[in-house]
Amino acid sequence: MSNIPTDLRYAATHEWVRPEGDGVFTVGISEHAQDLLGDMVFVELPDVGDKVSTGDDIAVAESVKAASDVYAPISGEIVEVNEDLEDSPELVNSDPYGDGWMFKIKADDPSEAEDLLDADGYENSIDEE
Amino acid sequence: MTSTTALHAKHLEAGAKMVDFFGWDMPINYGSQIEEHNAVRQDAGMFDVSHMTIVDVTGLQAKDYLRYLLANDVDKLKDKGKALYSGMLNEEGGVVDDLIVYHFDATNYRLVVNSATREKDMNWLLDKAQGFDVIITERPEFAMIAVQGPNAKEKAATLFSAAQKEAVAGMKPFFGVQAEDLFIATTGYTGEAGYEIMVPEAQAGQFWQGLLDAGVKPCGLGARDTLRLEAGMNLYGQDMDETISPLAANMGWTITWEPAERDFVGRKALEAQREAGTDKLVGLVMTEKGVLRAGQKINTENGEGIITSGTFSPTLGHAIALARVPANVGETVEVEMRKKWVTVKVVKPSFVRNGKSVL
Repeated sequence: MSNIPTDLRYAATHEWVRPEGDGVFTVGISEHAQDLLGDMVFVELPDVGDKVSTGDDIAVAESVKAASDVYAPISGEIVEVNEDLEDSPELVNSDPYGDGWMFKIKADDPSEAEDLLDADGYENSIDEE
Repeated sequence: MTSTTALHAKHLEAGAKMVDFFGWDMPINYGSQIEEHNAVRQDAGMFDVSHMTIVDVTGLQAKDYLRYLLANDVDKLKDKGKALYSGMLNEEGGVVDDLIVYHFDATNYRLVVNSATREKDMNWLLDKAQGFDVIITERPEFAMIAVQGPNAKEKAATLFSAAQKEAVAGMKPFFGVQAEDLFIATTGYTGEAGYEIMVPEAQAGQFWQGLLDAGVKPCGLGARDTLRLEAGMNLYGQDMDETISPLAANMGWTITWEPAERDFVGRKALEAQREAGTDKLVGLVMTEKGVLRAGQKINTENGEGIITSGTFSPTLGHAIALARVPANVGETVEVEMRKKWVTVKVVKPSFVRNGKSVL
């Protein structure tokens, strides 16, 4: 069974979102998503300062198996990206909810995150795949 | 109906991620495909290839039959146990399958064909056997384990009896020998030294466990694909199929044209293709970020092409691919990747041998 922490919110497109305070949210992809993709070989991240809207494809997770778009789960501005992924994309596999985080968004409207799926909702969406 | 190999329980026991591979429930990886890949390049890895089809061809006309069936010529095989790689062509000069044939004597051969094409191949073998005094026998009672890597032979030998050690002592690449209950061959699909070993199904689990205990890392189909691609080896159904000439699939070297009197299936079509010219299969190398993938379109000065296999090469640390392109391709081509055209370098279709880059 896939690990789906209950303190995070999720998009149906497999991104997780963690509130860091001050309307900033950390975003990564779920353990289920990294498992589907397999060994990560490149992660293409957005630039700090990019304005993003919910549903935009703003990053690419490229594994041995496939290239997969990563979508902005909420609207806002990119305030930080995980530069460690440049040299160590495998962090997305080994620690998807920790060191494998991808970028941080300063939300236009922090309440948007509350509309995302909770752990149960995300688990149901996986089961329906 | 899903088929399973004699080693299925061992895969589940090891926590393998299983996938459907043309009707077989097979391991794609046991955790990390890249770690498995590296184990084969640096030490020793093993693959369950029991799903592959083993077929014995025996009888007074076994040699005549195979000289008709295959584009390569088994008449070249003089030594007992010597193996040959060949395409099996249709009348239009397309590839029905690629295979390895082991020669024991003129009345006794063993073929190993792909599992994905098993039913088609068996029908083809039987159909072409009409009029020949041959017996075609499938051998599903064997499991097959490929043990590959610089330390593969040494580690596998820890499981061999004295007689088996003697049988493989000094055996050159591309030979096979029956030694007691094992058929041991110096063949593989990785570009490394090693063995492909046929073992009776009842003993397969124990043999696999013995290899595990000897420090051989289990590897799935994912690593098998990146290893064979680095080695520049074709995958049937991807780099060639029934609609593709072997001349357009880097298999020209497997066609034996002489003696001209030898009639083999597809010969006439092949001669016409050679006369008219065909596309060719080349290697591509991209050192920038990103991964070349099968199906991506190619533009060249002389026409279009397509990537037939592409991956990230764990050994080289960048993307590589096999691509079918017009014969007079230049030193670079344009590849359409995620809606952008990227310039990549054209090389010979071989990237890694014995752990080292050949670029």
